[in-house]
Amino acid sequence: MKLPTFPGGIHPLDNKATTATKALVNCSLPNELIVPMLQHIGAPAACCVTVGQQVAKGEQIGTAVGPVSVPIHAPTSGEVIAIEPRLHPVGRPLPAVVIRPDGDERWHKGLQGYDPDSLNPDELRQLLQQAGIVGLGGATFPTHIKLSPPPDRRIDTLIINGVECEPYLTGDHRLMLEEGSKIVDGILILRQILGVNQVILAIENNKPDAIDAMRKLCLKTPIEVQPLPVKYPQGAEKQLIEAITGRQVPSGKLPMDCGAVVQNVGTAAAVSTAVRQGRPLIERITTVTGTGVRNPQNLRAVIGTPLSHLIEQCGGFSDDPGKIILGGPMMGNSQISLEVPVIRGTSGLLVLRHQDVSIKKPGPCIRCGQCVKVCPIHLQPTVIALCARLGLIERADSYNALDCIECGCCTYQCPATLPLVQSIREIKGAIMEHKRKH
Amino acid sequence: MLAAVACLGGIGLVAATALGIAAKKFAVEVDPREAAILAALPGVNCGACGEPGCSGYARAVAEGRLAPNLCPPGGQQTAEALADILGIKIKVKEPAVAVVICQGGDNLARQKYHYLGLEDCNAAQKLAGGPKSCPGGCLGLGSCVRACLFGAITMTPEHLAVIDRDKCTGCEQCLKACPRQVMIMAPKTVTTHVLCNSHDKGAEVRKYCQVGCIGCNICKKTVPEAYTIDNLLARVNYAQADNAALAIAKCPMKCIRDLVDNNSAEKPGSDETVPAG
Repeated sequence: MKLPTFPGGIHPLDNKATTATKALVNCSLPNELIVPMLQHIGAPAACCVTVGQQVAKGEQIGTAVGPVSVPIHAPTSGEVIAIEPRLHPVGRPLPAVVIRPDGDERWHKGLQGYDPDSLNPDELRQLLQQAGIVGLGGATFPTHIKLSPPPDRRIDTLIINGVECEPYLTGDHRLMLEEGSKIVDGILILRQILGVNQVILAIENNKPDAIDAMRKLCLKTPIEVQPLPVKYPQGAEKQLIEAITGRQVPSGKLPMDCGAVVQNVGTAAAVSTAVRQGRPLIERITTVTGTGVRNPQNLRAVIGTPLSHLIEQCGGFSDDPGKIILGGPMMGNSQISLEVPVIRGTSGLLVLRHQDVSIKKPGPCIRCGQCVKVCPIHLQPTVIALCARLGLIERADSYNALDCIECGCCTYQCPATLPLVQSIREIKGAIMEHKRKH
Repeated sequence: MLAAVACLGGIGLVAATALGIAAKKFAVEVDPREAAILAALPGVNCGACGEPGCSGYARAVAEGRLAPNLCPPGGQQTAEALADILGIKIKVKEPAVAVVICQGGDNLARQKYHYLGLEDCNAAQKLAGGPKSCPGGCLGLGSCVRACLFGAITMTPEHLAVIDRDKCTGCEQCLKACPRQVMIMAPKTVTTHVLCNSHDKGAEVRKYCQVGCIGCNICKKTVPEAYTIDNLLARVNYAQADNAALAIAKCPMKCIRDLVDNNSAEKPGSDETVPAG
């Protein structure tokens, strides 16, 4: 049987074998946790603690500012030792609360679990916002917003993303194998909030064990497990919708405009924890991997753990590190320091040795059209990059540069090794600024 | 054959007559001075005057909206020519040139990471504030070189922008292209400059640059009227810079230089070792 997929895309080496068979390991607590107030898309949380204050595990240390925002919670019990800008994964210092753990792991009083059947969708949404649940696939968009479609949009399909198409990352894979029942419970709560009938759990067929495990768990539920062929970026929201439903999200529109909502498997598990146990999102699974790490592992780390501590937990560097990337190799961000903390969107930490990082000087574009062929949203990356170089903002906009999802397929494929995504990102910024002005 | 020639010739004649009449009848009246001004301008369309190009500036001058001495590439000559056309007297602006206030090339200043992306300073600046450890240092990716319409800027092998003071017209396009304000405008007559753009504390500056200003005040003590210290960074006071050169030899970081007289002190880096990393 031919499996459904989306047009375009690439087949990079997945390099998942290193950690795919390794069970989740709890990462120990570091001496100091750095908890940034910005860990989601939207307005940063407002800090609501003071230096010297004792905080309990799960206690709010930052409150949500506005509707598109979520609170931030203390990842463990301890003392607030500083509130100051610290280096953030985005590359510059941003406000953060620094906590020295006391090792007691004392939970905040008043955290209470509920039976989801006893709550209505609005109460559940509010519960999720208060628990700080955001999309754990990496985009960290507040989940309660995604679950609140305007009344004129009819949602008929809930897609659960277990694709994990980024090379190297195996956190979602392990989660499906080890905590599948929690994922299923979370999916059913999400389904209850949206009130949809059709629920599809998508998994790429390079994870046959996860497909089997989830199929067994979903037997008596309305959830349908759909295997997909391996292709990057299948886990991107719009590509996944196209693969599963055949519908294309129109240019400039949201997935809910074509009746679908996509949630990550990690998010589903966090939803279950938040509702059943009342525990906020204070930890996540991070795959620490790459040739530069001595003992690659899937770690369950609390938010705020410095990257240096993750590396330590994995036996240190195996060699002189050449590149340290937060996230996967395709869409992750290179880091300049190991003092950066794990945040809610940190799906992986990839360390490549010097000899594994290829440094090629970009050559001239030979108009081969490879980038056009692989672009999953049918853009012409080479033309947009040319507009960027010449500063043709309106022309770039007419080529729909703003629809670029920055998946990196064009850059990966380019035989001239041109930094196409960076050019497009530059011009996207310019277009946005141009639109604000006019 | 004959019919074709006659036919085409006829069409040509009719069209020419029509166009000729139209040109006379619908002629747009142009201030004759505007054309004269446009002819006197250098025609590089650099935009330094604030107008989109030379014709816009010519119109603005003819209409009296802008002063005739705002064309830096044209300099004194153009300003006088424009004043003659308008029949007025003007004060000619003192010519200014751009100065790169950084000497921290790859051999003297540290990088916090190895940048592999787009050859564009503005793009690099967005990635963790640029690869150079110094927050104000020249990134050396050549955005100013590409912005310069006069070919006055070149890059050294150490990735540092260098301005040819003879070619620079003072149009300020490089200032607009630079994300870190490493270029400043200074009177052409002043040749002594403090070549540093970091306001960080001395100890911090020493960590990332061998030729950065540490705000030690020695230059100001040597020639009080010629220097000001602005937030830990020395600057030459261009209004009273006559004796500024006296401090060149005193600067412990060798960041005060005479840009014209290269023999005023030994070149930075000649006796220094290359920093690691």
